[in-house]
Amino acid sequence: MKRVFFTAFLLLLSFATTTSAQTITVGFTVSRTGALNVDSLEQYRGFELWRDTVNAAGGIKAGGNSYKVQFTSYDDESNSKRVQQLYTRMILEDKADFLFSPYSSSLTATAAIVTEQYEKIMLTTGAAEEKTYKLGNQYLFQMFAPATQYLTAALDALKSKDPKATVAFVYEDASFSVAVVTPAKAYAQQLGFNVAFAEAYAPNTTDFSAIIDKVIASKATVLLGGGHYADGSTLARQLYGHKVPLKMVTLLVAPDSPQWSELGDAAVGVIVPSQWEPQSTFKAQYGPSGADFGKAYTAKYNAPPSYESAGGYASGLILQHAIEQAGGVDTAKVAAALNSTDLTTFYGRSKFSTVASEHGLQVGHTIFLAQWQNDKSGALVKQVVWPLAGKSADLKYPIR
Amino acid sequence: MSGILASMIDGLLIGSVYGLAAMGLSLIWGVMDVINLTHGSMIALGMFGMYLLFSATALNAYTLLLPLIAAGLILGTVVYWLAVNWVVGRSQLMSLLSTFAVNMVVIGLGTAIWSTSPYNVNFTVPGITVGEYTFTGNHICAAISAVVIALLLELFLYRTRAGKAIRAVADNRAAAELMGISSTRVLMVAFAIGIALAMASGALVSTLFPFTILSGAGYQLKSFVVTVLAGLGKPFGALIAGVLLGLLEGAVSPFIAVSWIPLIEFGLFVVVLIVFPRGIFGKATA
Repeated sequence: MKRVFFTAFLLLLSFATTTSAQTITVGFTVSRTGALNVDSLEQYRGFELWRDTVNAAGGIKAGGNSYKVQFTSYDDESNSKRVQQLYTRMILEDKADFLFSPYSSSLTATAAIVTEQYEKIMLTTGAAEEKTYKLGNQYLFQMFAPATQYLTAALDALKSKDPKATVAFVYEDASFSVAVVTPAKAYAQQLGFNVAFAEAYAPNTTDFSAIIDKVIASKATVLLGGGHYADGSTLARQLYGHKVPLKMVTLLVAPDSPQWSELGDAAVGVIVPSQWEPQSTFKAQYGPSGADFGKAYTAKYNAPPSYESAGGYASGLILQHAIEQAGGVDTAKVAAALNSTDLTTFYGRSKFSTVASEHGLQVGHTIFLAQWQNDKSGALVKQVVWPLAGKSADLKYPIR
Repeated sequence: MSGILASMIDGLLIGSVYGLAAMGLSLIWGVMDVINLTHGSMIALGMFGMYLLFSATALNAYTLLLPLIAAGLILGTVVYWLAVNWVVGRSQLMSLLSTFAVNMVVIGLGTAIWSTSPYNVNFTVPGITVGEYTFTGNHICAAISAVVIALLLELFLYRTRAGKAIRAVADNRAAAELMGISSTRVLMVAFAIGIALAMASGALVSTLFPFTILSGAGYQLKSFVVTVLAGLGKPFGALIAGVLLGLLEGAVSPFIAVSWIPLIEFGLFVVVLIVFPRGIFGKATA
């Protein structure tokens, strides 16, 4: 009898040591309230779907263990002071093993100070500004293609259609948009465009009348800029209301949201630089295909995914892959695995710079241009129009 | 048409809405000596009231102002009895704290119900195009509505017994009571009208710009500037000061970055406080 018990005990012990179910805690803040609410919630849904998918499959399997994923998460109110407090709390009190970034470059810059201080890995999504990755950080890994790429693609597309266009830049006075527009202005001049007007507006602007009057006075035929959802959607609506004769409008972030179609006629023709689109046809080496991701997302949230959602899910996938490669959750080993990551998922290629001066900067991922167009039935849909090799429709130029 | 003229017309149109927003604050401040910190949240409730009514009825948004003003009068009466009546005549700090508390409750409830996502009232009135510039129909209708409401308030204050009672209480509450005027009732009516004006201005703003439950704060700040420019307790002066503020915004914006405008506005605010401590219309109507 004793032998039977002993054998059973050994079996249980070996089972426990080979496939013991453990939990890893991933911490992040969500802007459930405040100006970044729309984009941040889209990103959160990506995290959530990844967690549920992983846990339904039994968790992350690494080093003979199986790790269920749990989240610790708070509302940052779109406020960097809250981010600082909450990332400290998640690390010290909630004992988060890994972190995802908040949404937006400015909030992420604040969170990165905390995560680096405590030597915690943070995958950043919804944070494209390069500056944060050029401060000597060791545990920060960027999922989005860097900000400099956002409008250069739009200018390349414009060059192919109208090399003599007159361009206006109207953009949010926030770290991300400034980081995008500053190099884009220089690139526009390099391409030979006449940059007739450039002005930043406060992030909480709702009345663009004065700026629109200046755009009209500048005789610009193309407008590039925007910032996030609240200001971008308002700017587009008012450009349409004031009947500004623009041939092309490219706005950051906002037009990627499925909510954009609610703008009706004001939405038509607007272009968004995008990190991912459902029409993307990357052959995934790891994780679900784009179609499977889109299907699962739509089934869960009754809405199509945006690139913020895809970025959120892909962050989880890349972390999962790194944990598997590292054979566990040891920070140094997972960081080393992330440093050597060069992986294509449904979201596209992900590879992080290991150059000391820009460690963690995304160097594998590239930007698309998507344009809102009416399909044959008259419904508003987003079409990939750039790069030409991946287009699902031709760029509509001029808009009207 | 020149860009400067177009910009000034835009400023004039939006300025009248600033003026209407400030009239409610000015009335309550002038009559009751209460700095109403629920003003911003009531403007936001006006925005959401318009959104809900418009979504439910799809009627012309500007006709929905009437039920919203009625709702504002009722809400103002409720808030008066709950939070204001107890602090009238006591130190201004008490009324600040009391109305601030109501403001926080409204913002908290509003955030729970509507979150802080932006909402829009999808109602469009065709605009007027002059040369390259188009003035949206919504701006024109909002400005006209604001002026009409302001004129009606002026008629009420100067052509009715109730209005006369409000002015009497504002001038000298003790003397008014000796004349048989119930100051409590008058204060309640003045507060209710102030809230109704705040909600009406919020409703008008909602037809122009997207909004969240937090959007009232910016208009509350502008209302303070306009009220001080006009002089306390000068509701019609507040309308004119609002229009002047809008014109100023329109006149300077072609020459400087728009983000500098608040600096100009608050600079003007300080200058007016120094040069006209009782407001631009303070002496003329005192």
